[in-house]
Amino acid sequence: MAEVEETLKRIQGQKGVQGIIIVNSEGIPVKTTLDNSSTVQYAGLIHQLVMKARSTVRDIDPQNDLTFLRIRSKKNEIMIAPDKDYFLIVIQNPSD
Amino acid sequence: MVAARFPPSWPHRETFNKPLDKTSNWTLVAMSVQNSKAAASVRKASIVPKVPGGKPIKALYKKRDEEDRLDKGVGWDETHGKGLIKPADQLELTEAELKEEITRILTANNPHAPQNIVRYSFKERSYKQVVVDQMAVHFVLEGSLVHQDSDEARRLRARGGLPGVSEAVTVETGAEPDEEETETPATPVEDGGEGEEVGEDDRPDSVASKTDMKQPKLTNQINFSERGTQTLNNPLRERGSQTEPPPRRNFSATANQWEIYDAHMEELQKQEKNKEKQKATLPKTDSDRSKKRLLLMETQSDDLTKVGKASNIFERMIHQNTFDDIAQDFKYFEDASDEFRDQEGTLLPLWKFQYEKAKTLSVTALCWNNNIQDLFAVGMGSYNFSKQGCGMVVFYSLKNSSFPEYIYPTKSGVLCLDIHQQHSNLVAVGFYDGCVAVYDLKNEGLEPVHKSTAKTGKHTEPVWQVRWQNDDMDNNHNFYSVSSDGRVVSWTLVKNELIYTDIIRLSLNGALSEGPGDTQLPIFACGTAFDFHKQIDSLFLVGTEGGKIHKCSKTYSSQFLETYDAHSMAVDAVRWNHFHPKVFISCSSDWTVKIWDHTINTPMFTFDLNAAVGDVSWSPYSSTVFAAVTTDGKVHVFDLSINKYEAICRQSVVAKKTKLTHLEFNPIYPIITVGDDRGYVTSFKLSPNLRKTPKAKKGQEVPKGPEVEVAKLEKLLSLLREQEESPV
Repeated sequence: MAEVEETLKRIQGQKGVQGIIIVNSEGIPVKTTLDNSSTVQYAGLIHQLVMKARSTVRDIDPQNDLTFLRIRSKKNEIMIAPDKDYFLIVIQNPSD
Repeated sequence: MVAARFPPSWPHRETFNKPLDKTSNWTLVAMSVQNSKAAASVRKASIVPKVPGGKPIKALYKKRDEEDRLDKGVGWDETHGKGLIKPADQLELTEAELKEEITRILTANNPHAPQNIVRYSFKERSYKQVVVDQMAVHFVLEGSLVHQDSDEARRLRARGGLPGVSEAVTVETGAEPDEEETETPATPVEDGGEGEEVGEDDRPDSVASKTDMKQPKLTNQINFSERGTQTLNNPLRERGSQTEPPPRRNFSATANQWEIYDAHMEELQKQEKNKEKQKATLPKTDSDRSKKRLLLMETQSDDLTKVGKASNIFERMIHQNTFDDIAQDFKYFEDASDEFRDQEGTLLPLWKFQYEKAKTLSVTALCWNNNIQDLFAVGMGSYNFSKQGCGMVVFYSLKNSSFPEYIYPTKSGVLCLDIHQQHSNLVAVGFYDGCVAVYDLKNEGLEPVHKSTAKTGKHTEPVWQVRWQNDDMDNNHNFYSVSSDGRVVSWTLVKNELIYTDIIRLSLNGALSEGPGDTQLPIFACGTAFDFHKQIDSLFLVGTEGGKIHKCSKTYSSQFLETYDAHSMAVDAVRWNHFHPKVFISCSSDWTVKIWDHTINTPMFTFDLNAAVGDVSWSPYSSTVFAAVTTDGKVHVFDLSINKYEAICRQSVVAKKTKLTHLEFNPIYPIITVGDDRGYVTSFKLSPNLRKTPKAKKGQEVPKGPEVEVAKLEKLLSLLREQEESPV
């Protein structure tokens, strides 16, 4: 427990990291370092996206599964780890 | 209430005599009117007079006339006239004709209703018979009740001369005389002399009405009475209750292929579980339950730990993003300027590894993981005798330079470590306090899985080097250690124990025989470094504090096979060449690096680096390349095949006053890691000149492999030997 929190703390301390969100399987943010509104926005939208992405991967091969999702955008990179029970979302601006 | 006077019994079906024919019509009608008061169904009934043939139209006309009169409420008096009033055109009938019986039947149909009306139906596109209303109204009478106290009643009373009329007077009796009065004058106009009879005819009626007045109960001959009371009306009540609507839920889903697959797998698992349950005996269920409970506890406590793995990967990903340029350099950058530098090369600094809590410690050991090429172990401790304290073993990955993958804090300073070649989760560590320990990366927890104690033959002096060896005959893992106490010890991991065997005791050369008395204890040399021969398992070299290097064998524990008078100060490292079986290298704090042929007592090469040499290492890719680090912060890289006298790269890689302590080549990638006394580990990429391979000649395949490397070094050595021999 503490180890994970420490890791998350380190991640937050890393250069360019804008925020970390942990979302549970229902799409409700459990832990966040962002402000409320953007957390909700990220959680909601990304949850949909992940579901779609996973569905796509699994439709192609049901034995396959989505493990990570990296979205590289102009402004930042959104990294998503979709677990069974939790999503971990990290937003980083790599050019910072 | 209208009270019509009727004969005592009036059957619906009756026979009439002919003379009564026409009038009977009217009576019947009157009756129907009367009945209509009682039953509406009779109202519709009309009489169809079966008029004798020949004059039905006439009769119809007549009847209409009479009906008109009836509607006015006048006609019924005539019914009692018993044929006295005869119309002028009345048919004269004979007696026989009169007596003829004609049967008439009452039907519910209106004889006058048209029967042939059709209407075009657009719906069915045909003419359709229209249902004709069979109702014929023969008599309508407005209610004519008058209140006895009203003016009208008084007037009527005055006119009718009925002073004794009681409350029970029905209005019709009041009205009747009125009508009679109006009627009676009319009749004489019609029929002349018969007016008297009418009056007579009226008399019994009026008498009856008069008796009615006296006996209020007998209103008419049918003994009709009507009573009514107003009951209390139950107030209307509407009662309703709203029920709670049953819960509704919209459910919709699309079944994907993978959802079907998941469901299928789940079902399979269930089936398997059921089978297992059936197989499982009863007593086992208890343990199962406790297990389940444990599982529940775990799942409850888990929470964030589930993202633990993901968060670790994220750390690497973020690291990859932030140090993208370094990663690119690591993979792709080749120093183009090397071409113009002739033979010299450079070191490109890559990641710098550090750990906050190990800042005060210096790097005392480095070791790459043979299986996972990006992972290496760092031993942290101190070489300073007066600053000993705790130590640390940390594992770094090239994928994350900011934080170690594993951290093992130790109570004593770490001086050396070695990762097992095959089982890369096992790490042997030697401590300053003389202990050796084995850590297992797969094991959770920060304590070593094995540790030597004073009981189990731990060293009495700092352990300077540990090295894994091949598994013994019983497939037990074993490693060797060398310490300042002069012992070389073999440690074997047997189950939970660490079993030690002294291999050799390093006696100072000749010390045994020297000295005044026989009682003198043997003086041991302090071992500081050792290395096992790559091919011959039993052969190994031990460097000592005194600068000597001993060639030993595991099989001879009492004597050295050879002793090289190598250095004037402590030997910091000895290493066999990776390719050539005879060649080894040594370095020392006496500023020199020496290369030896173990069959020859004198060094083949000697290099003076102008500072104490902390570590020296052969490159894994070339037999002639080696690197050394010195305390003045420089890394020296030599390639004997290019330059036998000078380093082809001499680069200061750290800030001034920082001493470099150790160096290690990565077994695969062209990078080296260098540790310093500030706790930093820096990685460098070797420029192309530092890892030159023989140039390919046209049309020839480039020979590769260890033989080539051996030959390369052998050629150099033989050249050297020739040089040495020639002057002799």
